[in-house]
Amino acid sequence: MIALSPAEVDALVARHPHVVRPRRWVVWRLPLFLGCLIAYLMFSWWYFAIGQVLATSNWQLAGGYLIQWVTYENRPTVTIDADGAMHVDFPRFDPIGPNPKPAWMTLDRVQMQRHVAQAPAVTTAAPAGNGFMTGGFMAPEPSVAATPAAPTAPTSRLEEVVSRAEIRMTSDSTITVTPETITVTRGAERIEVPVTHADLVRALGALPAWAEQKRVEDRIMVSFGFAGWAAIDGHSVVVHKRFLGWANFLFDTDSAFFGKSAGEVISLIAGGERLDPSQSNLSLAINDILYNPSWQHLDVWTKLLETIVMAFIGTLFAALLAFPLSFIAARNITANRPANQITKRFFDFQRSVDMLIWALFFTRAFGPGPISGMAAIFFTDTGSLGKLFSEALENIDSKPREGVTSVGAAPVAVHRFGVLPQVLPVFVSQTLYFWESNTRSATIIGAMGAGGIGLKLWESMRTHTNWPNIFYMVLLIIGTVFIFDTISNALRSRLIGRQAH
Amino acid sequence: MPTQLSDRTAQIERHWQQLARQRRIATALGLGGLLLAVALSLWFANETNSGKFFDRLPYFFDFAKDLVPRDWLEVPRALFDLKSPYDDGSMKYNYPDGRHYLSSDLYVPEYFDQMAITLNIALLSTVLGAMFGLVLSFLAASNMMPNPIVRGAARRFMEVVRAFPDVVIAGFFLSFLSVGPMPAIAAVSIHTIGALGKLFYEVVENADMKPDEGLKAVGGSWIERVRFAFLPQVLPNFASYFLLRLEINVRISTIIGAVGGGGIGELLRLSISQGHGAKTIAIVSLLFATIIAVDQFSAWLRRRLVGEQAFVPAT
Repeated sequence: MIALSPAEVDALVARHPHVVRPRRWVVWRLPLFLGCLIAYLMFSWWYFAIGQVLATSNWQLAGGYLIQWVTYENRPTVTIDADGAMHVDFPRFDPIGPNPKPAWMTLDRVQMQRHVAQAPAVTTAAPAGNGFMTGGFMAPEPSVAATPAAPTAPTSRLEEVVSRAEIRMTSDSTITVTPETITVTRGAERIEVPVTHADLVRALGALPAWAEQKRVEDRIMVSFGFAGWAAIDGHSVVVHKRFLGWANFLFDTDSAFFGKSAGEVISLIAGGERLDPSQSNLSLAINDILYNPSWQHLDVWTKLLETIVMAFIGTLFAALLAFPLSFIAARNITANRPANQITKRFFDFQRSVDMLIWALFFTRAFGPGPISGMAAIFFTDTGSLGKLFSEALENIDSKPREGVTSVGAAPVAVHRFGVLPQVLPVFVSQTLYFWESNTRSATIIGAMGAGGIGLKLWESMRTHTNWPNIFYMVLLIIGTVFIFDTISNALRSRLIGRQAH
Repeated sequence: MPTQLSDRTAQIERHWQQLARQRRIATALGLGGLLLAVALSLWFANETNSGKFFDRLPYFFDFAKDLVPRDWLEVPRALFDLKSPYDDGSMKYNYPDGRHYLSSDLYVPEYFDQMAITLNIALLSTVLGAMFGLVLSFLAASNMMPNPIVRGAARRFMEVVRAFPDVVIAGFFLSFLSVGPMPAIAAVSIHTIGALGKLFYEVVENADMKPDEGLKAVGGSWIERVRFAFLPQVLPNFASYFLLRLEINVRISTIIGAVGGGGIGELLRLSISQGHGAKTIAIVSLLFATIIAVDQFSAWLRRRLVGEQAFVPAT
């Protein structure tokens, strides 16, 4: 080894500068690349008006939607009538069901003499099923049942009304409503709002950070973080109490099994008295689960199956058609240049027209449903698989073929024994890969109108309301994709060894 | 010429026949199962489709007939937003309406403008996806990230993001962003993070470790190891995957556009559903040409970057 002194190194560098000095391109390419990248990002920021979109979009709404994926709300409204009577209502489709007695709400009741006709709405009274109203009057639709007493002459009658309502939002925060004041406590802080029976709302004292009043004397919004929020105005409190989980996943509020514990349901199914005389409890339970109106299990699973079928049939048929065509397209198998070229251009055409265009065409022709989806996948993938198959065929080792030909075998036998053993594992593995990726794309093809779970997802998304249901479908799709990934990976590694993917 | 077999040979033959029979039965069962699955699937598909296959088949060609414009010159007119002689004020012939004026008399035809938006959505999403994927790939590669928790988290994140349906991401962003290409960008980029991240970390794991050992020996930091030991090795492959993803994203962003994300996809869906023959053919030809151009360009560039290796089917 030769040791050079710094002076000698300098002398060498001075003699051959072009060897040592990096080329200008090499020095500048990273900054140049980063500069282009930043310039492009800035251009896109302007082109798509991203800043403007981000500024005008409603991020609070986004958070609210996101949290609805895994939570549900109960929404009691406490109303204080002019004569001081109070009642608690739940909306018609509240997941709490027709006969609510939640543990987080305490209601005190008193008997009160009331003039019915002046305030017809009063007869709606506390549907919050307690004592006097649990009977037939309290049918599934509390607020509709209200009207009958209205037009008659003013009568005075004794009624049981709520005199104090306490709703516990979290362990240390409550909303207490009396006919005179609405009190909200959260930790050590509290707000008191006098009941005015008018539109103006004024809290006593300053509002803490978790309460907000958009305009002076407008309603006051009180937030409890995850546990929900409430809106207070002059004569009512609308409470949104949030819970983690999915409400009524198996039995909806209409079901006879609603509100029963798992043990009760099982014992009913195993040998309880028939809830519906026309069918056994088991079939009633299954029926109630499948046709659960808020989760639509049967429909969701049918649509999921449609999507799976789309991908399965589309890919399988594409592979079956691409298989013979690829033999025509491969130069070394069919020694006919025009035939090779025509088939290859046909593959290119199929691929480039794209699944989107095929899907739109077939949806127009066959109507939404799996046929359109599978036809779209079939047309696109005949091209993609045909191309891959013919490339695999062109790369085969020709020796086995020559061997089989030399012993005088028929062309079919040459292909069967000289070609197929080499390419079949590749063919099957690529088909499996496409099957798996098509399961994913079938969702989006579906959303465009080809049916299946994609369409159902897209339709539910448009209303912006049924987020838990959307998340349910998303989980089903992700699960399906994972399962197919695993199956196809396992099959592929069995076919062509571990290194194949 | 059958010869008498000895007992032991006969036993071997019996075994062999038994195995062959088992194999045949297994094959027959497998094929039978597959056929049954196909038959059931076809029946199910036909049953749940809104139009029955054989009922609708004759109308398929009617619909193709609808697409044929009354005059083939209508297609270039639709494509370049020229005034149609058949203009009756209806949506079918209002080609000049969508012109995007750059100056008082210079305009970009509507479809080219929308195609540019779709292409740009694809490009921007691929760039964003690749940027995040690059960072995540080094966190997910076992040779760069010894901490299994971080590595596992990065990998699980990419898996979930990859399997998450694009429609839902687009729909979710559509629900609170004002209309425009943002939902499509979000959906495509988020999916790209997962897809590219996975390909990237596999490249990183297969990289030659010698440069890295050298850098470690002289005390290089994590960032320096990434920059000087890995990036020079993996960048050509990264670029190749980037281009491959770009091809896919052009298609996906068109599809998301059709679903409600703007761009050329939306125009195509409207035009097909309203039966505007000339417009449909114009958009399809433009889309077809663009996709072929992008594919060819990317294939050429990939071949230059990594050679024939780029044409192994990507998984």
